[in-house]
Formats: sequence, structure tokens, C-alpha cells
Amino acid sequence: MTAYILRRLLILPVILLGVTFLVFFMMQFLDPVQRLSAYIKSPAELKSLSADDLEKLVDKYGLNKPLLVQYFDWLKRVLRFDLGWSEVAHQPVRDAILSRFPATLELALFAVFPVVWGGIWLGIISAVNRDKPLDQAIRIFAVIGWSLPSFVFGILVLFLLYGVLGLFPPGRLSLWAQNIVSSPDFKLYTGLYVVDGILNGRFDVALDALRHLVGPIITLSYLWWAFILRITRSSMLEVLHKEYIVMARAKGVPEKLVIHRHAKKNALIPVLTVAGMMVLGLLGGVVITETIFDYPGIGRLAATAAQQLDYPLILGITIFYAFLLVLGNLVIDVLYAVVDPRVRLE
Amino acid sequence: MNEVLWVLKRLLKNPSSCLGLVIVLFFALVAIFAPVIAPPEYPDEPYLLPKGGWAVEPSPPSPDHPFGTTEGQYDIFYGIVWGARTAFKVGFMTVIFSALIGVVVGAISGYFGGWIDEIIMRITDIFMAFPFLVAAMVLTTILGKGLDKVMIALIAFGWMGYARLIRGSFLSAKEELYVLAAKAIGVSSFKIIFKHILPNTIYPVIIQASMSMGSMVVTASALSFLGVGAPDGYADWGQMISYARNWIVGAPGEALRYWYTFVYPGGTIALFVLGWNLLGDAIRDILDPKLRRIRVR
Repeated sequence: MTAYILRRLLILPVILLGVTFLVFFMMQFLDPVQRLSAYIKSPAELKSLSADDLEKLVDKYGLNKPLLVQYFDWLKRVLRFDLGWSEVAHQPVRDAILSRFPATLELALFAVFPVVWGGIWLGIISAVNRDKPLDQAIRIFAVIGWSLPSFVFGILVLFLLYGVLGLFPPGRLSLWAQNIVSSPDFKLYTGLYVVDGILNGRFDVALDALRHLVGPIITLSYLWWAFILRITRSSMLEVLHKEYIVMARAKGVPEKLVIHRHAKKNALIPVLTVAGMMVLGLLGGVVITETIFDYPGIGRLAATAAQQLDYPLILGITIFYAFLLVLGNLVIDVLYAVVDPRVRLE
Repeated sequence: MNEVLWVLKRLLKNPSSCLGLVIVLFFALVAIFAPVIAPPEYPDEPYLLPKGGWAVEPSPPSPDHPFGTTEGQYDIFYGIVWGARTAFKVGFMTVIFSALIGVVVGAISGYFGGWIDEIIMRITDIFMAFPFLVAAMVLTTILGKGLDKVMIALIAFGWMGYARLIRGSFLSAKEELYVLAAKAIGVSSFKIIFKHILPNTIYPVIIQASMSMGSMVVTASALSFLGVGAPDGYADWGQMISYARNWIVGAPGEALRYWYTFVYPGGTIALFVLGWNLLGDAIRDILDPKLRRIRVR
């Protein structure tokens, strides 16, 4: 166990170094001026440049040095989170990412519960009623969810909830609530508007923020259910054939207890990894869902950066994502080994 | 050949895989006969959508435009028919090339083992550190717009699953008697990898490939939807949905006014992916080594 964690920790810097190298390698496809924007501190540096000044700038940031030297210079900046100036966000890339993070965090926190719990619940029902009509219905429901691209289903949800019913608008806050939030009286404790609204005693703001979360959460839930359901179902079916379950049934344990006390615990172990991956995915911002619902998180920021060819921003977000994923996966794998003793033996 | 017939027979027995097969074949026919079904207005550039006018607002289905026109008066029917070609092209190219790269990398890694394996697997980990959609998006933006760039990006970040799969099979296969025997009589490593081990370990790759067709096409369409994939006016389902985006909420009191801009392309892409998913699932059930009949050669 310790050896396993130690090995993972030793590999970690190698992977992170590799990630930065791959991003740096991709940067080399850009021409020097485009690359310069990943170095400068404010847009003024790039404005009204003659060819002569440009060369000075290239010189200043060492963009004409050997590649390896350039890489290590750039790496030093990345380690300080100094990722250049974003034209789209009108602020340094680091600030742009950090200022969008609370929005993404809020969506992730509110989405996790319905997504994971709903998927597991459906999976268990499906497994317990194996091959009965209920199981078939759930599986058809899942296969459709699995086949609907997020940009099709998301738009459909937006259309129904907002276009037809007029209930749940896109965005993060209504205009009036936005005005309250940006007024000096409103204290931002966490950056999560639902929580801050309650802490400030403005329940109308909290409610408004919640209202805007409904659409994205429905979209994410349905698309992820299929995935979690499949894993829960197959893992549950496998466990239900184990001898200790047969034993429990034979000695007359009620079916409800067999499923929820005996089978569920072991069946949910594989689900843990998927759920963990999903949380990471949510934290990294869900690009398409955030874009469709005009939700100002990191995902939408990434999409805007890509559309407007804001290279420093898109590269910065990529590094942010990759680091988040690598560290998060490490945590999940270690947790997995803690929960399931069988993994430790490998 | 017997093998193929046997798989086909099994596919036709199960209603859901049958449905998948029918859907995929239907789209294949549409893609093949695209020039007949929707004759191009500019024969040199058949993938460019014809415009029915210069107004921005979509117009409803009419005899001239059976599915109506979307934002910018692009013909929806034409876009769907030629979009089928785009989808197959993107799907096949990305799946085949990423599988090829993955197989070669994984085979080398698993066969030689030791520090070669260690290095190759760490490189694989590095590529897997990026979320697929974001990585593809970044590489496409850097390389520039266009379907070929999208395919390059999808292949560059799509091979790792295959590599891991093949590596695992090679690690266990290289200890088997037939491999040791081949080594003992001095067969070259190249021959052992590609003639002896690979034919015995390729099934998981075929399963994986058939299951990822749908998701590859979806990711490519997602890039076009976000506006970083196919160029403006190109026959691509994702792009058609992005044209529909601004009209989906409809007009005041008339929520359904522009339904055709979304329903046709959205339904098409969902059906296409459903077909491949059903087919991929069935192929997995049939070819999975644990479930397979014992092969008699």
C-alpha cells in the first residue's frame, strides 16, 4: 500500500513535467508573435509595434534561444502561474481562470448529488429486476441518454425549460440579482452565489442562482446517468451471484437487506472510480453544457478562448485542467486502494 | 470469412443489434448516394452548403427546401445528406488511425517490456492527463480551422486506450508457448509481434473501435458546434446545430417557430450515434473472449 502510493507520488512530477512539455510542444506550431502573447504582462506591450520592437520583445523573452532553454524559461513562469495576458478576458490568464472557478465549483457541487445518486439508484433497480420490463425500460432510457450528444440534449432542455415553459433561464443570475451581488453591501464569502445569498440573508438571490442551475444539472444528470447506471448494474449483477449473497438469502435475510446491506457495499466500489472521474470532469468545467446555458464558468471560458483564438488563455486552461486531472486521479486511486483491500495486493 | 458470416448471423438474431445495423447501413447508403439524393450546386466543392437567399432568419420547409433552411439560409436537407459523408469520413479516419497508432505503440510496449514499457506507458499517461474534448479543442485551434485539423487532433489524443489494451494482451501473450517456440527457432521480433501475437489479441481492439465510432463523431461535431471545427458553411451536423442555437427559443408566443432548424440535425446525429452504440454493444457481446464460442481453425 505504502509502496503503491510512494510509486505514484514519484511518478507524479514526471507526468506534470510531461504535460507542460506537451503543451510547450503544441505552442511551437504558433508563430513567434502569437507565442509572445503567452509571455507579456499587459496588452500595451504588444500594441503599436514596429518590426524592430517586435524583435526586441522576442529577444527580451528569449524566443530566439535554443528550444530547451526556452522550455525551461517558460516552465519557470508556468510554475509561478504566470501564463500571460488574455485578450478575451481583459486580464491576466491566471486571474481569468481563478475568477471563473467559483461558478464552475458551484455547478459541480450541485450536480454531483443528483448525478451520482440517481445513476446508482437506477442501476440497482435495473440489476434487481434483471430482464424484467422495468430493467428493459431503464436500459432503453440509458442507451438514449448515452447516444444523445450533450449539445443536442442541452439545447433541447433549454428549449423546453426556457423557450416553452419560460421557467429556468440561461446564465448564472438574473439582471436584478446580478446588481445586488455586485453592490458593495453584498459580501462575497465563497463566490458561490447560493451560499453567499443565504449568508447575506438574501434568499431571493440564492433562489435565483438555484433557478439558473436547474437546466445544466438536468442536462449533466441525464447524460451521466447512462454511464453510472451501466457500471452499477453490471457490478451489482456480478455481486448478486457471489456465495455470500446466496448464503445470506439461504439463511433467510429479507431481500431488501440482502441488496442494501450485503450486495450494495461491494457493488459500489467500481462505481467510486467513475464517480470520482465525473467530479473531476465537473470541476474542470463542462465545456459544452456551460456554453449552451451561457453559464460563466471555466468551460465556457475555454470555448470562448478557442473561438476567439486567445492562445494564452486556452493554453493556460489546458495546463490547469491537466494538473487538476492528474492530482485528482491520484487521490481517487489512493482512495480506491483504501476502500478495496483487493487492489492493494496487486 | 466464416468468422464474419458468423458475427453477422449473431447480429441479426438480436433485435437491438439488428436495429443498430439497419441504422448504420441506412446512413451508409445516404452517404454513398449523397450526389444523387442531394445534387451539389457547386460540383467542385460538394461539401459547401447551398444558400437559399441572403436573409438571416431561417425559413420553414418548402418544396425547394424539404427540411427548410437554417440561419443564413443554408439548406438543412442538403447539410444532413452531405453531413452523413462528413460523419463517416471523420469517424472512420479517426478510429482507424488512432487504433493503428495505439496498436503499434502498445505492441512494442508490451512485447519488449522493461524500461521501454515504462517510458511508453508514462508518455501514454501524459496524453491521458488532458480531458479529450479540451485537448482536441486546443490542438484544433492551434492548427487552424478545418476538418483535417479536427481529425489530426482527435487522432493525436485518441490512441491511448488502444495502446493500453494491446499492451495488456501482449504482456500475457508473450509468455505463452507458441511465442516462446517462435522465439526459440529464431523468428524476428517484428514477425512475432505482427504475425503471431497480434492476430490473437486484436479482438478487444475491434470491440473498442466499434464502440468509439459514435463518440468520435460526436466529439468532432462538438468542435464544429463550438465553432472551432468545420469552416463556416460546411456540411457538418455539429455546425448545423450551432446555426440552430440562436433560434431555439423561438419568437415571443411562438416557441416552436423554428423547430426545423434543430429537430432535423439534432435527430439525425442522435440516431447516427444510437446506431453505432447499439452495434458496438452487440459486437462487444459477440466478440468478447469470455463470451465467445471456441474458435476452430
